[in-house]
Amino acid sequence: MEWVNAVVQGVLVGGLYALFAAGLSLIFGVMRLVNIAHGDLIVAAAYLAWVIVQATGLSPLASLILVIPLWAAVGYLLQLGVFNRVLGRDILPPLLVSFGLSVIIQNGLLTIFTVNSHKLNEGALETGSFEILPGVAIGYLPLMTFAAAVGVILALQWTFYHTALGRAFRATSDDPEIASLMGLDTRRVYAAAMALCFAVIALAGVFLGIRSNFDPFMGPGRLLFGFEAVIIGGLGNLWGTLVGGVVLGVAQGLGAEVDPGWQVLAGHLAFLAVLAAKPRGLFPRMAA
Amino acid sequence: MIARSTRLSQAAVVIALLLVAGLAAAPWWGDVATERLFGEFMIYLALATLWNLLAGYAGLVSVGQQAYVGLGAYVVFSLALLADWNPLYAVPVAGLVCAAMAWPVSRLVFRLQGPYFAIGSWVVAEVFRLSFAQVQALGGGSGKSMPAGVIKLISANKFWREATIYWLALGLGIGAVIFAYMLLRTRVGLALTAIRDSETASVSLGVRIERVKLAVYVMVAGLTGLVGAVFALQKIRISPDAAFSVNDWTANVIFIVVIGGIGSIEGPIVGALIYFALRETLSDLGSVYLLILGALAILVMLAAPRGVWGALQSRFPVSLFPTGYRVLKSKSAE
Repeated sequence: MEWVNAVVQGVLVGGLYALFAAGLSLIFGVMRLVNIAHGDLIVAAAYLAWVIVQATGLSPLASLILVIPLWAAVGYLLQLGVFNRVLGRDILPPLLVSFGLSVIIQNGLLTIFTVNSHKLNEGALETGSFEILPGVAIGYLPLMTFAAAVGVILALQWTFYHTALGRAFRATSDDPEIASLMGLDTRRVYAAAMALCFAVIALAGVFLGIRSNFDPFMGPGRLLFGFEAVIIGGLGNLWGTLVGGVVLGVAQGLGAEVDPGWQVLAGHLAFLAVLAAKPRGLFPRMAA
Repeated sequence: MIARSTRLSQAAVVIALLLVAGLAAAPWWGDVATERLFGEFMIYLALATLWNLLAGYAGLVSVGQQAYVGLGAYVVFSLALLADWNPLYAVPVAGLVCAAMAWPVSRLVFRLQGPYFAIGSWVVAEVFRLSFAQVQALGGGSGKSMPAGVIKLISANKFWREATIYWLALGLGIGAVIFAYMLLRTRVGLALTAIRDSETASVSLGVRIERVKLAVYVMVAGLTGLVGAVFALQKIRISPDAAFSVNDWTANVIFIVVIGGIGSIEGPIVGALIYFALRETLSDLGSVYLLILGALAILVMLAAPRGVWGALQSRFPVSLFPTGYRVLKSKSAE
């Protein structure tokens, strides 16, 4: 039963990893950018929620009504002010800029909040659970996180294929030059995509902060989990990202069952195994 | 008449030789602190030059070179602690092990394109770090120190021990620059420069870019392993977090190359000088210092993507390490 429990909990954690991954996948899809600061931005969003909770007395989940729009605005401005200036044929400048951003965020958080870990308190919801099998319980919070991941992916899919904004995303992704000839301001399209990505990051940050302690240096680890979920699932496939998150979560859960030191290592090894066996991921998107 | 060298580059060779001779004599004119600072400078010069070959020329933007620094350091520690080797003899073995390891690793990470390669290489480095943290014989997650008896194998005399380790670091720093310069003058170097300027165009001209990239990746991994081995001798203590630190071995190195100027041999030298000047003046600021370094790197990327050296070169077309040829007016034709 212990092993069944490890798998069930791993699947649920997969939802959180899918939330880490969804924004990464969106940004790469629209502008071929891999943001190395992605994980640090998740952690920074958790700190933002912590500040808002302290200042307003809202519960962490309720603080999302402020955290999401604020963070989306930051993303919009960051794209206009920084990333748009370095996007181009050469992949190096945007990658290095995001790397610099990552170091700035980590040390900025360290300066403001010290190295001590923080946590978002969501009261009874954190510990509440119901039993599905003897010895196997599902927590309300992990279940909510998983549901949020499914919700985010549904919303992103709908945005992509049923709205004018999504059409702009797809057009810019296919060919930015033609898209701008057709009257799209690609810089604003990119900014909108980054804002959407930051909204997902904010959601992920708050769920991360309720689930566990966070400190200024947690970001790179979250980036790697999100990245692994994207590659395991298959580039450009949002549902695949959810499967990737689940594969990663289950691998980590089983690894931890063997030895606590094996938790993260088992996840990385599962990723490398998928890369060795299916370099394009488990569910590669059909070539258009 | 065509020529490779210029009057400036010839003068640079003379000055460089004098400089190296002065640096090699440092154990006699400097104190231990100076010696260690110079040694550390040379380690970073080597790492920056090697990373520049990968990212600036071969288009392999690795965020995982700490994998080979750490592996090299652990090879030295393993041989010294478990097999009672003289740590000095373990240094070349570390380079060979890293080069040998780079081949299977490249089979995996080369499947990831562009920016994804960057993060994939990082995952591999994490796998190395977490694996060594499981090896209890090497101190597990908290690490281990080299016993005094093993250290004495290098040399019983403290002066010669410090000097030997310093000369190794000096040899690596200067050696890496010479290696990069020599490599870029060969056929592979020509291919690398072509890849730097345009991958698509170099493929169409018949450059077998996958083979060139693999060759450079393996050579750089081996040399990075040597750097790790010398780092192990410098520190005498090892832990997975320090040996495989992404901040120490990759972030700082990337900043050095970006600020100095990516895609040139001079860039990493200029960058390393700037980095150490900043570090020696600002390191009291703690985390704020890293914040400034990150901001500086972003500003350079926005304002002068070819770094300080690139900006200088666009005003004064000089080259201290000429790899190409220039046409000169021939005297006999007059």
